[in-house]
Amino acid sequence: MDFANFLIQLLNSVQYGLLLFMLAAGLTLIFGIMGVVNLAHGTFYMLGAYLAWFLTAQFDNLLLAIVVGALLAVAFGWALEWLLFRHFYKRDHLDQVLLTFGLIYIFQEARSILWGDDVHSVAVPELFNGAIQLTDNLSYPVYRLVVSAVCAALALGLYLLISKTRLGMKIRAGAFNREMAESLGINIRFIHSIVFALGVGLAAVAGMVAAPISSVYPGMGSSVLIMCFVVVVIGGIGSVRGALVAALMVGLVDTFCKVLVPEIAGMAVYMLMAAVLLFKPEGLFKS
Amino acid sequence: MSGANAQLEILPRSVQVLLAVGALGLAVFPLIPMESSGYYVQMLSQMMILAIFAMSLDLLQGVTGLVSLGHAAYFGLAGYALAFLTPADVPVSLWWSLPVAALGTGLAALVIGFFVVRTHGIYFIMVTMAFAQMVFYLFFDNAVLGGSDGLYVNFRPDATLFGWRGIDLEDKTTFFYFTLALLVLIYAFLRRLLFSPFGRALSGIRVNEHRMRAVGYGSFGYKLTAFTLAGALAGVAGYLWAAQTGYVNPELMGFHLSAHAIMMVILGGMGNFGGAIVGAFAFEWVMHLFKDMTKHWQLLMGSFIVLVVLFAPRGLLGLIDRLTGKKEKPDKMKETKEAP
Repeated sequence: MDFANFLIQLLNSVQYGLLLFMLAAGLTLIFGIMGVVNLAHGTFYMLGAYLAWFLTAQFDNLLLAIVVGALLAVAFGWALEWLLFRHFYKRDHLDQVLLTFGLIYIFQEARSILWGDDVHSVAVPELFNGAIQLTDNLSYPVYRLVVSAVCAALALGLYLLISKTRLGMKIRAGAFNREMAESLGINIRFIHSIVFALGVGLAAVAGMVAAPISSVYPGMGSSVLIMCFVVVVIGGIGSVRGALVAALMVGLVDTFCKVLVPEIAGMAVYMLMAAVLLFKPEGLFKS
Repeated sequence: MSGANAQLEILPRSVQVLLAVGALGLAVFPLIPMESSGYYVQMLSQMMILAIFAMSLDLLQGVTGLVSLGHAAYFGLAGYALAFLTPADVPVSLWWSLPVAALGTGLAALVIGFFVVRTHGIYFIMVTMAFAQMVFYLFFDNAVLGGSDGLYVNFRPDATLFGWRGIDLEDKTTFFYFTLALLVLIYAFLRRLLFSPFGRALSGIRVNEHRMRAVGYGSFGYKLTAFTLAGALAGVAGYLWAAQTGYVNPELMGFHLSAHAIMMVILGGMGNFGGAIVGAFAFEWVMHLFKDMTKHWQLLMGSFIVLVVLFAPRGLLGLIDRLTGKKEKPDKMKETKEAP
């Protein structure tokens, strides 16, 4: 592998890793703060991708579609939390697994009824269509860099929100000790709604920005969900920082194994996970 | 984590009667002359195989409190084992291939279990799922192992014993009775196990692992043994499945089948093995019903699952017990959560 190829793969891994982080951050926050295992998280990614395809067809503008789609996804997450999830915070993990598994069925079929089972593609917007010349013999698609930038910006925003703002302080307090936070006058119900809607929104935006890179297809949610689990397990449940580190690790391992040793590429990240668990059964950053 | 749900270890009379009637019904079913009975015999065989699979999961989920979202890995592995053990032109002998497949899957469960049983609760759920995916991709990505298309099992195992050909698994009815016999045997074995010192230790771990450790039980060894045994029994089910359908593919190890098994155990009622059987039959029956009703059956299935979680957390056996019993029996093992 020459240097140019190496650099391309490196950029691809970072882009994939950041995308995974957007999904895993929602998953780990929803678990860390509300104690809910959400198997349906992958379907929010699928929902985002289909929304990007559908809305782009309506508006003829991917950027507008992403903004509208993100708002729709957040509203959807808010409604879902209010309708179903809030009844499950104190239930068994097993019940949550089942509830969200049932939801996967429902969302998949709803998608099939609304938008069919075809594979779609979304065009890269005009503005970012093209390649950037990094060195003499190396060009890289602009859109992929934009995706990385968007994901990095959202990751940074999430970090600032949680560690620097008043709302973030309340979120952390609620995760640390719910009763104590409530007795201090923090409205935990409201915090939960926000975190859940935020998680759904992040997953959907990840699906939307990824739509032009990967195609839009029915089973896209479940493969990405399992990757997210791996990220969350490696990073340590409830740790957003762990999710970032683990997502980048998974991105690197997955991308480079696909190029260098394609025979084991499907398994590589699971081997990474097993190796991490051998030494750190609770993940790298146990919170 | 799921201790409070396993409340029917000692099966009430009504449930015992239900199970006995069910077994008897299955035993006479192939004798009833009816149209397309071959189809139903085959379908019931499949349900019985899934019931064995669900029971093996219940040993972890209901008895020990370990919710595995990757149990299908062992089901699929044994199916592949049969495919590999069967030569291209002759059947393989049942008498050694079944034990080899079950022991092999048990061994795989032992290795994976070494990693997973150290984790708890939600971690266990995620890690078992991730390991099952690892096995899935091992087969999915490798052409040598059949790849995404899977493999054919060209011959059903041969059950000739010392020249006696009494059991011919090629015959649907004989296969049905063979499966029924294994179902009853494994049920009896697991019920026996449940009330053995080993089974009591597993229940103790479900209820309070810290206390079990404090009184001197090495919980790691107990959980690993349960995980291995559950893997081997899932292997028996997977072997039968492959023998019946004559075909294996990576989907047999997939996330969906693992989740189905969990659903079956919950739907029936956890921790007593009878529930797993009832749940497997009920779940499959409901799914067939929905599939006949509409092509959007997944919508109904999903709603059905959500409703069960909302309204019948103790499963069908819990419901039967409540309807027929005088009063809800308190769970002897149940205890109130103490502050840490």
